[in-house]
Amino acid sequence: MLLIYCPYCEEERSELEFRNGGDAHIARPTNIAEISDEEFEAYFFLRDNPKGVIFERWRHIHGCGRFFNAARDTVSDRFLTTYKAGEPKPDLDAEPKTSAEVETYEALEGAAQ
Amino acid sequence: MADQAIRKAPLAGLRGGSHAAILTPAAPASRISLRAGKDAVPALSAALGVTLPLRPKTSASSGKRHALWLGPDEWLVIDEDDADLMAAAGSSGALHSAVDVSHRNTAIIVSGPGAEVAINSGCPQDLSLGLFPVGACSRTIFGKAEIVLLRTAEDTFRLECWRSFAPFVFGLLSEGAEDAAH
Ligand SMILES: [Zn+2]
Repeated sequence: MLLIYCPYCEEERSELEFRNGGDAHIARPTNIAEISDEEFEAYFFLRDNPKGVIFERWRHIHGCGRFFNAARDTVSDRFLTTYKAGEPKPDLDAEPKTSAEVETYEALEGAAQ
Repeated sequence: MADQAIRKAPLAGLRGGSHAAILTPAAPASRISLRAGKDAVPALSAALGVTLPLRPKTSASSGKRHALWLGPDEWLVIDEDDADLMAAAGSSGALHSAVDVSHRNTAIIVSGPGAEVAINSGCPQDLSLGLFPVGACSRTIFGKAEIVLLRTAEDTFRLECWRSFAPFVFGLLSEGAEDAAH
């Protein structure tokens, strides 16, 4: 069971209480009626889908109901940190980790054998 | 032909559980879903006669009225005496949003030494006394249904769920209560 630290509830809760909300820090253009189709496509549809660290919005939908942001490693599924909506992207090198090691299938199977 | 409409509670007459965890449908109560900013909290607390808690997972009670923290600006207020909470909140004079959810929710009282185990059969939260003491409350998930938990005593929980989910919740809780007896 993946545990996610909610910055509003101030504790780790089961992933079952959360929903992913897509990439974070995507600013809506202030002149949205004037931009070209290509610019709109880039804002609305195009995402990086990185292998590694990604900044995402998450919602504690079956908890406090709040959206917040998280830095997650897409390879290990480890949450590096979470922070309140509206706060700037954190410096990951300086941040303490808020979630324990993820229990991956491989790791558990390795221990079982 | 029946000439009278009879209001029927969602879990009327049901009893269940085991000797480890007894399940009892709670009596009807009035409830509001309350949203308000920090500025309005003192006036709303005074109008409702119960101090709205500001810390996560905490509740406050005054007699049979309970205010449960659900989110940073959201509370579930329950009055077991069926008092008019909408009017009470309205008399505060402070900016807020209150929705009467008295009949949207129903509640099940889970009590006994196996109450934690019965609820944990479908709920991932840590309900040990250290992390979820008496008076603690939380919106969370139970199987497929969203619930609100309030611990009213060391071995007793009030479990609120939406009325359309009540048969599912009661059924899954009954299974959990049986498991808790083993
Ligand atoms: Zn939360």
